Amino acid sequence: MPGFDFSNYNRNAALHARGVPLPKATSTGTTIVGCIFDGGVVIAADTRATSGPIVADKNCEKLHYISPNIWCAGAGTAADTEFTTALISSQLELHSLSTGRKPRVVTCMTLLKQHLFRYQGHIGAYLVVAGVDPTGTHLFTVHAHGSTDKLPYVTMGSGSLAAMSVFETQWKPKMTQDEAVELCSQAIQSGIFNDLGSGSNVDVAVITGEKTVLKRGYVRPNERSQKLKSYIFPKGTTAVLNEKIIRKEDLGNYVSVHELSTTEEGGDKMEVDT
Amino acid sequence: MFSQNPIMNGPNYSFNDAPPKANAPEGARQHRFDPYTDNGGSTLAIAGADFTIMAGDTRLTSGYSINSRYHPKVFKIGGTTADQHDATLVLSVVGFAADGEALKERLDTICKMYRYRHGKPMSVKACAQRLSTILYQKRFFPYYAYAILGGLDDEGRGAVYSYDPVGSYEREQCRAGGAAASLIMPFLDNQVNFKNQYVPGSGEGHALQERERNPLSRGAVEILVKDAFDGAVERHIEVGDGLQMMVITKNGIEEILQPLKRD
Repeated sequence: MPGFDFSNYNRNAALHARGVPLPKATSTGTTIVGCIFDGGVVIAADTRATSGPIVADKNCEKLHYISPNIWCAGAGTAADTEFTTALISSQLELHSLSTGRKPRVVTCMTLLKQHLFRYQGHIGAYLVVAGVDPTGTHLFTVHAHGSTDKLPYVTMGSGSLAAMSVFETQWKPKMTQDEAVELCSQAIQSGIFNDLGSGSNVDVAVITGEKTVLKRGYVRPNERSQKLKSYIFPKGTTAVLNEKIIRKEDLGNYVSVHELSTTEEGGDKMEVDT
Repeated sequence: MFSQNPIMNGPNYSFNDAPPKANAPEGARQHRFDPYTDNGGSTLAIAGADFTIMAGDTRLTSGYSINSRYHPKVFKIGGTTADQHDATLVLSVVGFAADGEALKERLDTICKMYRYRHGKPMSVKACAQRLSTILYQKRFFPYYAYAILGGLDDEGRGAVYSYDPVGSYEREQCRAGGAAASLIMPFLDNQVNFKNQYVPGSGEGHALQERERNPLSRGAVEILVKDAFDGAVERHIEVGDGLQMMVITKNGIEEILQPLKRD
């Protein structure tokens, strides 16, 4: 059976009846925007993910790939935006392969709204869908309950009001690419500084008929300040109650060991604070 | 009842702590009075050998909105004039801003009246006991504020008194309050009271010697306060904008204001 696994439903309902609360999901209390310009469309997002009042991720990616010429910005429950866009991306790829045509933005939007409507808002994905296809440039919003809008400029997430105020004062028809990128960036920054659910950096994706350019960290107005003191402890500061040493040569007794060369690094390095 | 960060208070899976289900009959409507708001923010106080530093961020929030980027939480108390130039005590309040303000005004008035009647400023010890009484008088409609009182004791040493909203209090070396208290307090335990730090090579296992506590200098404490708030700003959405510090010494109270991240 494809789809969701409901086998824990009865157990969880029983627990819930006894007062156990649901586990808390990471939400991307977010600012996301989109804006059409002459020759393409821009979408942008902030990079803060929160769990209640705590910042869960300071530099997360809210711009999701659907197809080379269609991208999606997601707000709401982090897992829902990620899995929904990945699912529709997969379906669209197969559809494109079977029809032998490039995927269209309306197709993507329709698949998304039909999927979300079926789950009656329980999949908490709020999306901005943008792209360029053989029929032209398109920009949509899709709400978790399945409703959609088609507009020249859009905002979503907890910072949508802050961002929309920028669009409503500065937007004009027939903008150039640079003007649209700058306007979207300003709208996101308005969310970053005035909405507590949004923060850190601005990510931008520019989609034109020729190509898509993803500008990760287009503006970084919130670099972490330098610590005023070193917090390195002298070796031996932590109490050790007992210790057991397993030498590298003996590791093979416990797990299978494969030597990797350290020169060629595969994939992206994880970002960590030093 | 007064917890600020529900998800930080343990695993949240206790059957006994779960609120009883409402058993209202069909169509029954409950009227409620919600007089409290959580306005976020955080405070911090550290006592030194001959000084006390009180600090707080200056952001005022409600929900996901910033109501003000400069709303002080740290106040001079008990001076003879409006500008509090000759004050000797500092009060910090965090939680519900309106209650904090009301509490500050009440305590300030009381300290002023004491000074007028006795011809000398109130001692921290006396003021601390009085503040506890004020809070407990409203035991069943509390001031929703976490207060910290700072000053110098009779011997001239730094003194910090911390309170819960209904008046339970204690003199301490250091205390963090408010939204990011659970983020800052463990840092303070380690860096001010040297908890979990041992002298390297001083013994085996349980016989290890704990690192000796020696009083921190004013400069060192100022650095700890700034680093603590920079850390809190990174991970708590309700903390930011500005850092206000009051340094209490025998020569008076010095106020320092510096910027924090605004996102």
